[in-house]
Amino acid sequence: MHTEVTTTPADENSRRKFLKGCVNAAGAAVTAGTVSSTVEARDTYQRPPEALGLLYDATLCIGCKACVAACKRANDNPAEFSTADKLWDTPLDTSGYTFNIIKMYRSGTMSTKDDESNGYAFMKTSCMHCADPSCVSACPVTAMTKDPRTGIVAYDPEACVGCRYCVVACPFGIPKYQYDSPTGKIGKCELCRHRYQEGHYSACAEVCPTGATLYGRTSDLLIEARRRLALKPGSTTIYPRGNLSGGQDQSYEGYVGKYQQHIYGETEYGGTQVLKLSAVDFEKVGMPYLAPKSSASTSETIQHTLYGGLLMPFAVLGAMTYVARRNVHHEDDASAQEAGKESS
Amino acid sequence: MNAQPHAAPAPVGGSLFNATTLVCGVLIAVMVTIILVRLFFGLASTTNVNDGYSWGIWVVVDVFIGSALACGGFCMALLVYIFNKGKYHPLVRPALLGSLFGYTLAGAAITFDLGRWWNFWHIFWPGYFNVNSVMFEVAACITLYIIVMWIEFSPVFLEKMGLRDARRKLEKVLFLFIALGVVLPMMHQASLGTMLVVMGGQVHPLWQTPMQPLIYLLSAITLGYGVILFESCVAASAYRRQIEVSMLNPMARVMLGIIAVFLLVRFTDIAVRGVLGEAFQPTYIALTFWIENACLIAPLLLIGTVAARRNPARLFLAGIAVMLGGILLRLNGFLIAFDTGPGWSYFPSVPELLVTIGIFAAEILGYIIITRRFPVLPREETYALPARS
Repeated sequence: MHTEVTTTPADENSRRKFLKGCVNAAGAAVTAGTVSSTVEARDTYQRPPEALGLLYDATLCIGCKACVAACKRANDNPAEFSTADKLWDTPLDTSGYTFNIIKMYRSGTMSTKDDESNGYAFMKTSCMHCADPSCVSACPVTAMTKDPRTGIVAYDPEACVGCRYCVVACPFGIPKYQYDSPTGKIGKCELCRHRYQEGHYSACAEVCPTGATLYGRTSDLLIEARRRLALKPGSTTIYPRGNLSGGQDQSYEGYVGKYQQHIYGETEYGGTQVLKLSAVDFEKVGMPYLAPKSSASTSETIQHTLYGGLLMPFAVLGAMTYVARRNVHHEDDASAQEAGKESS
Repeated sequence: MNAQPHAAPAPVGGSLFNATTLVCGVLIAVMVTIILVRLFFGLASTTNVNDGYSWGIWVVVDVFIGSALACGGFCMALLVYIFNKGKYHPLVRPALLGSLFGYTLAGAAITFDLGRWWNFWHIFWPGYFNVNSVMFEVAACITLYIIVMWIEFSPVFLEKMGLRDARRKLEKVLFLFIALGVVLPMMHQASLGTMLVVMGGQVHPLWQTPMQPLIYLLSAITLGYGVILFESCVAASAYRRQIEVSMLNPMARVMLGIIAVFLLVRFTDIAVRGVLGEAFQPTYIALTFWIENACLIAPLLLIGTVAARRNPARLFLAGIAVMLGGILLRLNGFLIAFDTGPGWSYFPSVPELLVTIGIFAAEILGYIIITRRFPVLPREETYALPARS
């Protein structure tokens, strides 16, 4: 039923050519490898000096959700319902139509605020405006961009193809897509950059009654966060509200919470422009552990090593063209003599 | 593409209307209907994709797995034209045909998954495209490769249409397209693995590694040969032709070699990164990891000897095992071992599944039409009768 070709001198000949082919291909690969090793590894980006952001202090948050409502209004987003009566906006998570939400941590009897066991705590979920954003690296058409001055991670629906690689890539699950629309867009916080010209800043910080969400330059916010972590829990201090880096003074005196000694966003993935303080362990309130090295830098180092300046692809292509040209030609010549031989 | 030393390719002939083509036609009609609903009412109207699992089977199966299963053409070109193994020449055209359909449909499939598909051209437009994006590399490379493959395959159509001059002219420069047809799939099949890297900790450590490009490239090559084993056996049985064991036997040996390299790289990487322990946890993740790798170890046992490789049933089973292993590697990385946080889950909806089935039906229908009407499969001298339909 089936036949085996026995070894012939022609086969030996082709084996030699096979080895030659291997040597050629290997040579090309080595050449390409040497050339591309000069491509430098792409370091994790750091925040621009004038980077804008937010400081969210969970110990100050009272869960009023004024920021959620203000964000809806500022971004012209429709209400989303999670209750049967559909009386008012009740989103359970960020979505293509909800860019900011306050989530609640619950444990046991939930008797004390900011207690890890038998307590409860709040956590804001919105774009962290990473120093080295995965979404910007992932986007094939530059619809996700990071402003070189403010560092705001912005989205341009006119450029977007809707591939949703940003949705998949973000470690915080922030860019979200509008699946119910035939012309759906990506929705995410852009730090209210569209309201700056009217003299406004991030709506969530503007309306926050306790200063739990504070707007400002990230460098200023970082100093403020460090100041709070150095305070003695239970003592009193002055808490600013609204805009830390300008505007009228709205500060008030309040008690110092039992902070985790960690500023979330200081070093995560090279740092984020939104910083967070919490009394409850960050992973328990939904903030993932992230190494100081960003995944975007790893991904782009691989890409640039393999394809930087298209050196490696062209070197391999050159070698392949050379080999293919000889082999395709060779077949033409050999066709006549081999035709008779291989009748088995 | 002169296949003179061997039996020249010839149309299989026979009727295009039979139970198989009819079923394929119905499945394609269902697919087209669902795609229209999706285009008018959005992704939520037909699919279960959500913000936790934004890429469902239309991306992971139709494009990532579909294109990997379509690596037969590139793998045969690699053997025949780069490593100069002329004896495999009769396998090139059928393999290339499978790749042509696999890739063309993968390219078509991604457009209706795109949320803002009318902007698709931005991927190729300077000022829009982002060279740092792995997705850009994959999209650009796949598109170029589809064009290159149609050019590579065009002698078949020119032959049929009797355009000898055009064919001769094209064949003078065909080596360039053959070389491109080897380099382009190597690039984007590797990059499909790199796509996981930016997702960071959301991908389980057994699949999250900077070695992904090498792992995916090796896997794509094993898949290419695995699919040829599978396809050759199915085509032989469906068209009542001889199985080309004389060619499949040594080719399967090449495949085993690459599987061995793949397993070496895969396990060395896991050991070096110190996450081998994850494979021995009592979790479904560990289970699916071992099933994935068992599918690749199976061919080493099934067709490890020359005698075993003469057995068409074993070749067929080995082909299926390799395909399953490659499919699972991709499903695991992008869906099963992808964890975006608590509260999210995904399982494809019925319309979603029907579209994926429709795509494979379109591939089968295209393969049948082309092999029956165009010179693709080698002519069978002994019993060249067209198969009953």
